[in-house]
Amino acid sequence: MLVVEKNSLTAEIEAMVEKYGNSRSSLLPILQDVQRNHKFVSEFAQQEVARLLDIHPVEVYSVISFYSFLHSKPMGRNIVRLCQTITCDMMGKVNVAKAIERELGISFGETTKDNKFTLEYANCLGMCDQGPAMLVNDKIYPRLTPEKAVEILNEIG
Amino acid sequence: MENKDTQRAPVSQKPHSVDKPADTTTIGGTISIEINNEKHTVPLGTTILDACKMTGIHVPTLCHHDDLCIAGVCRVCMVEVEGMRTLQASCAFPITSPIKIHTSTPMVRKARRHVIDLMLSEHHGECYSCVRNNNCELQSLANEYGVDKYTFGHVEKSRFEIDNSSFSVIRDMDKCVLCKRCVRTCIDLQEVGVLESVDRGDKTHISTFMEKDLADVICINCGQCINRCPTGALHANDPSDDIWNAIDDPKKHVVIQTAPSPRAAIGEEFGLEAGHSMTQELNTALRRIGFNAVFDTNFTADLTIIEEGTELIIRLFKALVEKDETVALPQFTSCSPGWVKYLEHYYPEYVDNLSSAKSPQQMFGALIKTFYAEKAGIDPKDMISVAVMPCSAKKFECNRPEMADSGYQDVDYGLTTRELAKMIKEAGINLPEMPKTHFDNPFGDASGAGLIFGATGGVMEAAIRTIVEFVLGKKAEDVFEKANVIPVRGFEGVKYYEIPLGDQFGPVPALIQHLVPNWDWLAGATLKVAVAHGTANAKKIMEDIKAGGKFSECHFIEFMACPGGCLGGGGQPIPTNEEIRKKRAQAIYAEDESLELRKSHDNPHVVKLYEEYLTEGPCGHLSHKLLHTHYTKRGKYIA
Repeated sequence: MLVVEKNSLTAEIEAMVEKYGNSRSSLLPILQDVQRNHKFVSEFAQQEVARLLDIHPVEVYSVISFYSFLHSKPMGRNIVRLCQTITCDMMGKVNVAKAIERELGISFGETTKDNKFTLEYANCLGMCDQGPAMLVNDKIYPRLTPEKAVEILNEIG
Repeated sequence: MENKDTQRAPVSQKPHSVDKPADTTTIGGTISIEINNEKHTVPLGTTILDACKMTGIHVPTLCHHDDLCIAGVCRVCMVEVEGMRTLQASCAFPITSPIKIHTSTPMVRKARRHVIDLMLSEHHGECYSCVRNNNCELQSLANEYGVDKYTFGHVEKSRFEIDNSSFSVIRDMDKCVLCKRCVRTCIDLQEVGVLESVDRGDKTHISTFMEKDLADVICINCGQCINRCPTGALHANDPSDDIWNAIDDPKKHVVIQTAPSPRAAIGEEFGLEAGHSMTQELNTALRRIGFNAVFDTNFTADLTIIEEGTELIIRLFKALVEKDETVALPQFTSCSPGWVKYLEHYYPEYVDNLSSAKSPQQMFGALIKTFYAEKAGIDPKDMISVAVMPCSAKKFECNRPEMADSGYQDVDYGLTTRELAKMIKEAGINLPEMPKTHFDNPFGDASGAGLIFGATGGVMEAAIRTIVEFVLGKKAEDVFEKANVIPVRGFEGVKYYEIPLGDQFGPVPALIQHLVPNWDWLAGATLKVAVAHGTANAKKIMEDIKAGGKFSECHFIEFMACPGGCLGGGGQPIPTNEEIRKKRAQAIYAEDESLELRKSHDNPHVVKLYEEYLTEGPCGHLSHKLLHTHYTKRGKYIA
């Protein structure tokens, strides 16, 4: 990582700490902001957050590893999460999953080579009455069919 | 900045606790409860576990440890409380109402057995080949509570790689039962913060920052986590096989030095009560094992006092007389390698304050392969130097690249108390039955001042005894009763003490006459000293110094990385707790009082060493080459 990049990241995190305060309870909003801006929380960013909140880096890492929506490794620009819970499963999740895998050319847990998509399973997205459902970044898509899912991904591309 | 103590753990993780009343005779100060249909009265806020202990009822525990905060995660200590729907973890249940407790009902027994069984279902490893065989809390719980089969299955394959990157601590996460004692030790007790639980649900495991090797993160190697691990998931890096090989090799001359703390504690490994010093029995045992010479680390502890004390006098002289503003004061002790590494990581800007004098272990290492090798006519390359230490960080220290001033690695192996006990048992020796013998020459027996290095405040007391005699020209016995400097003793986290020097000084002793002309420059001065043990307490002092508080005006501060000092070190017998630490300290102080020789500078072998070998005196050229070192500014950043 270049020094310039490091410095700008530090400045960015300092601004977040300024905004949310330097208590332990600010950890999650800060991590969410870093995640939103960079798609992951790098090792350096974790240590900077730890330094500014006066906690240990391993505590930051522990929190990141606990939450599915926080990442410590680089992710694709778009994160696709397909609901894998019972209702969606019964409504035809398997076929949707196969279609997405075929379309993107990767399996779940992987990122496309062009770094455009990361594909993951999610547990219940709360759309049990409208399954199968998937979440692309912050937007939810209910009542999927294999064709519809592929179409949605193409629109993003 | 806000007070971090109150917000260390988030509210959701804090166990429910109620402050116990200071005066239990006040109305509401105590509460009447029933345990197993017997009536008892306990102070308000006592946990069920403590209440059971008071009344002589045994409740099994696993994640609970006297030194650590309550966690309530293992659920082994569950009891039935009448009127409550579920079983309650007794360690995390403060009593605030007149409840009725049952500790052995069918439901409790079944739950306990299931809890232990579930832990075993995720515990991979064979008891026979485990370092903690026969001293494992999980093993004894399984035995005690009748787990006779794996009801919930058992892990057949290893799931984790063993992390043996560190010189000191090895992590075998297959054996981990997620009690989080190591996490609480590292974050709360020591405030080092290397270990935390990572991931969620059935993937939860204890790990370091970004799953890095222990050698790559800011571990200070104190080994306190090892001492608190209930299983064999954490253990020290054991060099005993290499040492056996050296002993069995007729070409090798194997020497060993023993530190005071292992001697005060090793009896515990042989079934003795804590607080029996085994110094002279150990000498015989070590010779019978096959060590060619047995030396007393206290000898170089005495030497440390002379070197470190002289260094302090030089620093004070430079600061007060020569008005040199670059002199770093207060001077910090450097005997504890855990503390040294802690400072290098967390307060790298203060490395100049560390005394450049090596720790007693490393001083001895350098002397053995130079002075002793010359005297005994042995080529240092055929020498293997072993140090018995209460400490896992000593293993790291002897492997520091700068610790090779004799031209060879000064100390080849650091051996912990536990590992030495294993070697003695392996040799078929029952230590308590050994006849008593003395240490080998040319170093001989050492003073009581070196001996008390093992307890927190000991280095300071030893230094005070010498400095008082050097400067005031009076006997230490005339200043302190029996030369016991009581204010620096005891287990208080941070101790502070002032010694007014007055204006009546003695002559400058011959040993340091070339360094200071007289003592008049100290007229009216007050020597301010402080003592801290456990890095969490060290942090308090360091933060105070940073903020320019009263500790920044101290002249000399003793730091020990482990709670209680060396006697509570990470290489000491398991278990170690407050009560055991107190007994070990008593053993050390009692041995000190029983000795004739109780001041470092009176040690005739030390005096002789300066006459014969280190002829330029303390902090002279050869001293600097062999007995002093430098430190690295490591910083906190993990690359």
